Amino acid sequence: MTITDKPSRRGALKCLAYGGAGTLFTLSGGVLLATDLAQAATKKMKHADVGMPLFVQISDTHIGFNKEANPDVAGTLKESIALVNALPRQPSLILHTGDITQLSKPEQFDAAAQLLSGLKVSDIHYVPGEHDVSDAGGGKEFFSRFGKPSNNLGYYSFDSEGVHFIALINVLDFKPGGLGILGADQLAWLKKDLAGRSASQPIVVFAHMPLWTIYEPWGWGTGDAEEAFALMRRFGSVTVLNGHIHQIVSKVEGNITFQTARATCFPQPKAGVGPGPGPLTVDKAELPHMLGIRSITYAPHPATMTIKDTTLA
Amino acid sequence: MKAKTIAAALCLSTLAFACAKATPEKSDVTIKNFSFGPNAITVAAGTTVTWHNSDGEPHTVVSADGLFRSAALDTGEAFSFKFTKAGTFKYVCTIHPRMVATVTVK
Repeated sequence: MTITDKPSRRGALKCLAYGGAGTLFTLSGGVLLATDLAQAATKKMKHADVGMPLFVQISDTHIGFNKEANPDVAGTLKESIALVNALPRQPSLILHTGDITQLSKPEQFDAAAQLLSGLKVSDIHYVPGEHDVSDAGGGKEFFSRFGKPSNNLGYYSFDSEGVHFIALINVLDFKPGGLGILGADQLAWLKKDLAGRSASQPIVVFAHMPLWTIYEPWGWGTGDAEEAFALMRRFGSVTVLNGHIHQIVSKVEGNITFQTARATCFPQPKAGVGPGPGPLTVDKAELPHMLGIRSITYAPHPATMTIKDTTLA
Repeated sequence: MKAKTIAAALCLSTLAFACAKATPEKSDVTIKNFSFGPNAITVAAGTTVTWHNSDGEPHTVVSADGLFRSAALDTGEAFSFKFTKAGTFKYVCTIHPRMVATVTVK
């Protein structure tokens, strides 16, 4: 496997310029390059041109939420699932980047499982959000359901289609002031997990809270994530996917691309707008434009990842 | 008659005593706009503190040293804990960990 393109500053800026829906992100040498979807369509870009469907990211389903910002989060999750099921070729797996539930209640986890069983793809990999570990047991409900791959630690890794996937947990402990924390044990595990791995193997890291500091006053970041990235800089392609902030924010740093995802439940305000990071109530017609899913396709020769964000409307 | 009065008085005083014992100190904290108010409270040992979530968002009340931990409180829900030991107890909302406050028990 070879990484053909060197990341360019121009490419990186171009990626940032195309932030919205209907944009095709091509990951080349770790940097996302943007192509307008309409443009891609006129070129009759076929699925085979962009590789095989690798995975879909679903985030922040918040099952159990029922307030003004979206009284029907089950309905919008169903619409999101329909989007995934309508993909021309089904991905081999799905990543859920946390906040499955609103309040960690057993019935909310059960309702989420029931809804997510509507996906054609059954291989779903989870990381918890802070809402999923907010039961009195401090995560007992989440781990009783999803703890097996990580031995109840919350962090684990696996390989699929030649890509190395790393699930990290950053919602159990916090730095004073509120940033998430990975902690010494998880970082030591990560070091071992990456040791001896070929630098040409593409890496996909997923965790709930952003792994880079987007807005510290609202705790939108992870205090010790830099130690994790120090271990990843030697790799040619690292894609970091998070949820938590219910909107797309991206950053490129060397070969590491950071992307937060839209939620399927409700949007949140832009950093620092309003009293805090709560649900943002928008016009009913506007809501489906702010919710959605993300699909990622991967072509090994050359190693190219294409990230496509799709909204419900 | 006199004995009865004494008995009644005794009973009343017992009741009063029991009543005094049955109404221990209480203190309330309101959660609103992503903050605990008051942010720092001082109470006597034996006080039961109740946190009321008056915010649109869910919050938790979790002590830094593991002494107490609420489940997620939705809007309108409350959580109580009786403090018996003296000390200063820091707590956070684990959903919004920048929300930090203290209870000092004397």
